Amino acid sequence: MKVFIYPTNSLILYDLVERFGHEPLAIMQEIGKKVRTQGLDSPPMNMTPEDPKFGLKYAAVEVPSGVRGRMSLFDPLLSKAEAAIIVTEPVISFGCMGCARTNELVNFLLRGKKIPLLKLDYPTTEEDAKIFVYKISEFLKSLKPAEDKK
Amino acid sequence: MSTTENLVRIAQLSCGAEYSGIQNEIDSAVKQVNAVMVYPEVDITDIDSIEDEFGLKVASPDLKLMMARAKSIVTGKVHVDAVFIATCFRCAEAAIVRSEVRRYINEKTGIPVISYSFTERTTAGTLLTRMEALTTTARRKSLLAREKQTGLTAGIDSGSTTTKAVVMKDNKIIGKGWVPTIKVLESAQEAFDNAMKEAGVTRSDIQALGTTGYGRFLIGEFLKADLMQEEITVNSKGAVYLADKQKGPATVLDIGGMDNKAISVMDGIPGMFTMGGICAGASGRFLEMTAKRLGVGITELGTLALKGNAHNVKMNSYCIVFGIQSLVNSLAGGSTPEDVAAAACHSVAEQLFEQQLQEVDVKEPVIMVGGTSLIQGLPKAVEELLKVKVIVPDNAQYIGAVGAALLASGFISK
Repeated sequence: MKVFIYPTNSLILYDLVERFGHEPLAIMQEIGKKVRTQGLDSPPMNMTPEDPKFGLKYAAVEVPSGVRGRMSLFDPLLSKAEAAIIVTEPVISFGCMGCARTNELVNFLLRGKKIPLLKLDYPTTEEDAKIFVYKISEFLKSLKPAEDKK
Repeated sequence: MSTTENLVRIAQLSCGAEYSGIQNEIDSAVKQVNAVMVYPEVDITDIDSIEDEFGLKVASPDLKLMMARAKSIVTGKVHVDAVFIATCFRCAEAAIVRSEVRRYINEKTGIPVISYSFTERTTAGTLLTRMEALTTTARRKSLLAREKQTGLTAGIDSGSTTTKAVVMKDNKIIGKGWVPTIKVLESAQEAFDNAMKEAGVTRSDIQALGTTGYGRFLIGEFLKADLMQEEITVNSKGAVYLADKQKGPATVLDIGGMDNKAISVMDGIPGMFTMGGICAGASGRFLEMTAKRLGVGITELGTLALKGNAHNVKMNSYCIVFGIQSLVNSLAGGSTPEDVAAAACHSVAEQLFEQQLQEVDVKEPVIMVGGTSLIQGLPKAVEELLKVKVIVPDNAQYIGAVGAALLASGFISK
């Protein structure tokens, strides 16, 4: 299954999803497309002022442009998501989208999608970390495996 | 802007710029002023502990990063000449952090700081004047320290609505010119000619010329100016010079035809400043339209406003369209032109107060400059809102031209 991860740049979540035979939906894929596609050179991510306008699909113009710009990157991922894992209050090194308002909006949208959803707090002790990984593995095992890529 | 000048290192402390698609615009503006953007290094542990150290708890990690980077500058871990702080427009959390980080850096280091709230529509052009002011403050401290005009110099201020010129000799204004801006070059030439005529000099007598305002580059290149400088630094200098407040802190307010400037000044050098330009309802244009509707000249509007009471007129909007509509409705409802004039001045002052003055530390003396400062009702409205005495120096409408002539005298020996 296609599993949306949040924070969407978490390498640990990406790896866990892949290990259990699913397809992770992560922001690296979207940024990769922007960076590799020929066109305007606008580092670091080749985002242009047009991108936040695509985010208007999710939030009105009075919502900060940074939120809408992030939503434009998430759009293809959210629309493909068949399941999702959300980790709340993670440390920055685990993965981070930088903006609390974006976090709130993505959480809300995922709840509304009525897809299998695992929401868990970032662990702060070793014991909690084991439980954290266990819960994610059980969740991933409960999902139907991804179809083989042709 | 000369590319032969020293490269200025500007630290970018921002939240959301890369996702708003405007990083390229920021980089482009910075490149044009021969500066380089740097991103202060921080450790992950610095970010973890910054909320307690800074004393501000925030939900967005990028704002924590912003505070940690500010600390990195203040503790000297990274060396920069200036700081640019930017966050998304309409983000309340970011607005609080932006303001506090700006104050923290300015108080602890004295490094010039500018803050800005952007949307995806922010362009390099919008940022250019701000970046130019920021780098000038960092780069030309000795020039900005000049307190007296020497020799025979001239300054031209090409504003959006009017073009002003002065000729100065040995620290005195000896010629002035003021014309509406129609064609930038022709208006500048006319104002300059008028000033030279009054002074009884010719172009070849002028030892140095400075230009400022929107048309500064075009005019400066055409008239072979020695100095082409944005209006933030020039107006700060002109304001403290004309008000004779060159030492210590001051706040300079300039409500222009198209945008407003609020500048915190220390010893004549801008520290923090903000340049508003989002709403025409907060500009001189609003007062011009009100004057037209009342059938009086723009200068008469001020004296009319002094006789009126702003609170007798209900304004439903700050907008230049709907605000004027409120004023028209009030007139139809029996309000006096005096009250309407006062309400218009109060509306502009209130917008400046609500939207811009949080970005600077308002310290006395407060000096109002520019053509709108002569609309007496406006300084009065600002006084009432700020509860401080507002100084309007003589020749306040020539502030940019005087500042340019003063600074240009630094080029005479060259």
